[in-house]
Amino acid sequence: MKDLIRKLVETFGPSGFEDQIRAVIRGEVEPWADELRVDPLGSLVVHKQGGDGRRLVLAAHMDEIGVMVTHVDEGGFVRFARIGGLGTLTCVGARVAFEHGTVGVIGIEGKREDTSKAPKFEQLYIDVGATNRDDCPVRVGDAAVFVRPFAVQGRRLIAKAMDDRIGCAVLIETLRRLDRTPHDVYFVFSVQEETTLSGARTSAYGIDPDLAIAVDVTTTGDTPESRPMAVALGKGPAVKVKDSKMIAHPAVKDLLVQRAKEADIPFQLEVLEGGTTDAAAMQLVRAGVPAGCLSIPCRYVHSPSEMVDEEDVENSVRLLLEVLQAA
Amino acid sequence: MILKELSEATGVSGDEGDVRAVVLGALQGHVDEVKVDAMGNVLAFKRGTARPSTFKSGRRRLRVMLDAHMDEVGLMVVGHDSDGFLQMRNVGGIDPRLLPGTLLRVGPECIYGVVGIKPVHLLREKEGDKVPRIEELVIDVGAKNKDEAKGLAPLGTYATFATQFRELGPTVRGKAFDDRVGCAVLIELLRGERFRFDLHAAFTVQEEVGLRGAQTAAYAIEPDCAFALEGTVADDMPKDKDVSPTTKLGDGPALTVMDRSFIADRRLLRLLTSTAEELGIPYQFKQPGIGGTDAGAIHRAREGVPSVTVAVPCRYIHSPVALLSLDDFDNTVRLMRESLSRITRRTLQREKGG
Repeated sequence: MKDLIRKLVETFGPSGFEDQIRAVIRGEVEPWADELRVDPLGSLVVHKQGGDGRRLVLAAHMDEIGVMVTHVDEGGFVRFARIGGLGTLTCVGARVAFEHGTVGVIGIEGKREDTSKAPKFEQLYIDVGATNRDDCPVRVGDAAVFVRPFAVQGRRLIAKAMDDRIGCAVLIETLRRLDRTPHDVYFVFSVQEETTLSGARTSAYGIDPDLAIAVDVTTTGDTPESRPMAVALGKGPAVKVKDSKMIAHPAVKDLLVQRAKEADIPFQLEVLEGGTTDAAAMQLVRAGVPAGCLSIPCRYVHSPSEMVDEEDVENSVRLLLEVLQAA
Repeated sequence: MILKELSEATGVSGDEGDVRAVVLGALQGHVDEVKVDAMGNVLAFKRGTARPSTFKSGRRRLRVMLDAHMDEVGLMVVGHDSDGFLQMRNVGGIDPRLLPGTLLRVGPECIYGVVGIKPVHLLREKEGDKVPRIEELVIDVGAKNKDEAKGLAPLGTYATFATQFRELGPTVRGKAFDDRVGCAVLIELLRGERFRFDLHAAFTVQEEVGLRGAQTAAYAIEPDCAFALEGTVADDMPKDKDVSPTTKLGDGPALTVMDRSFIADRRLLRLLTSTAEELGIPYQFKQPGIGGTDAGAIHRAREGVPSVTVAVPCRYIHSPVALLSLDDFDNTVRLMRESLSRITRRTLQREKGG
C-alpha cells in the first residue's frame, strides 16, 4: 500500500485542478469498478454493485491545499492567494510546484515592522527564478502545491497532501479487497473539498444515498503542548462524533463503533473543534442523508509534512470492509 | 443605452421590481418564454437552433445558463427619531465612510434624502479623522417629527444612491454597475441571433446578501454549464506597492479563476481564453481569491454545474458612483457571443484518462 500512497501524495492536484490526480486514481480503480464516471464538477464516482441492500457512499477528496498566482511584479516575483487553509508559518521557505513543473520558493519581505509576529500573507511571495514580469514562467490564475517527497519513518508515513490522499488510498484499497457486499456502494473521489465542499455535495445529490461516510484526516492532541484533543496517532482510526460543521448521525457513528468492536479493530472517538469534512455537505443534500466520518489521525495537517500511522491506515481499511460486508 | 435605464432603476436586494420591469421590457420580442419565479428572478428562455440529440438521459439540446443579478447594495430604514431623522442599516456591503453627505432616493416614490453630516465649521479637533459607524448616521428627508418621518419612510423602506448616469468620453459613470452592467451584457446577448444551444437566462435577485436568487434559478434551470456575468472590482488607482490591481479598466473582460465562492471550470476558461486569443479580443484574469458571485451558488446546484464568471471591470463599485469603459463592455459582449457560438458538447468533454 506504501507504493500506492507515494503515488497519490506526490501527484499534483489542488482544488479545482484535479485532472492529474483523477487520472492516477482512475488507473488504480478501473479494474475493480463495475461502473465509473466523472460527474459535472469533476469528482470520480466508482460504482461497486453488490446486492440490493442499502445505497452507500464512501467519499474521500482528491484535492489538496495550494496557492494561486494573483500578481506578477516588475521583478518577476509572484504574489499569491491561498487555495484552502494555509498558515504563513508553514509557507515561508517552502517549495511549491506548478502544474507543468515550474518550481518556486516562498520568500518573505525583509521590511516588517514586528518580526516577532507571524507574517501576513500579503508579505509573502513566490520566487520562480524570473528576472522580470516578461520572463516569469507563470501567470495569474496558475496554481501550485507544496513539494516534498514521501518518507517512511518506522510506522509513520510523512508527506504533503496526506489530507486527503491517505483517504483516497484507504478507499482504493477497500475497493480492491472487497469481494462481496450486500450493498450498492459508491466510492466517491471528490473535488473542491478544501475550498467549498462542492464536489461531495453535488456527487451525493447525484447518487441520492441512504448513508454516507467521509474518509478524511483529523488532527491529534498528542504532540508537545498541543491543543487538548483525545485523538492520538497509532491508536486506530477515529470515529467522528462531531466537528465544527457536522454532528455525525448517531446511527452511523454507532455502526462504525459496533463493527470495530466486533472485529476487534482498535478505534478512537473524535471531537474536532476546528475543521470539517465532505460529510458536512453530504448530510444536507436533498431531503438529508445520515452521514458520518471515519478519520485517519494526522499530525501537522495542512503543512508540507503531514504525518500518519501505517497501522491506523490499515485498520481504516479493515473497518470499512467490515462495514461494507455486513448486512 | 439600456445601461443608463438599468443603472438609474432602483433595486436594492429584495426590492428589485423596478429593475425587473426594465429587464422585462428590454426582452420583449427577443425571447421565446419569460417568467418571474417565486423569488423574483426573471427567467428567460431562447430556444437553440441545433437539432436535439441524445444527451444525458434524453433527447435534447445543450442547456446553457447565463446569469446576471438585478439587485444592488443599498440602505434600509430601521428606525425614526423624535426630530424626524431616519436610522438606517446597509443591505449588502457598503463602506460607511462613503455615506455622510450623499444624496439618496428613498422609498417607492423616490423622495430625496441626505445622509446627515456636521458642517466642517463645527468639527472639533481630530473629529474629522474618525470613521463613523452606520449606527451613528441618519437620513434626513426633511421630516419635522417622528410621525411625519414614519409617514414618508416607514420601517423597512429601501434607499439607494441618487446617481445619474453620464457618459464621460470613452467611459461611463453611474451607480449599481455591479451588476447592472452584467444585466446589460446579458440583454445584448439575448437580443442577438439565436445560439445552437438552448439559452436560459436568469436575471437574479438578492445576490448581494448571499447569492440567494441564483440558487433557486440554477435548481430550476438544471443547466449543463453556466456563465455569471458581472461588474467587478477595478482597483487600478496609483499604489505605493507593486501589487495586484484586481482588474484594470480598459484591459478587457475579466475572467475569474477562483474567488471566495467557487473555482471556475477550466474547460470554460479555456474556451474563453482560446476564443479571445483567436480573435484578438483583450482579456484579463481577475485577482484570484477576491469576492464572490452567483457562480458560487450555481456551481453547486443539484449534481453540480461547471461555471465561470466573466466581468466588466468597474472602478468604485459599491459606492455612489462607479466608472467603466465602454470598450470593456463591448469586448465583454463580443467575447461572450463568440465563445458561446463555439460551445458544443465536446467543450464539456473531459480528456481521456482525466
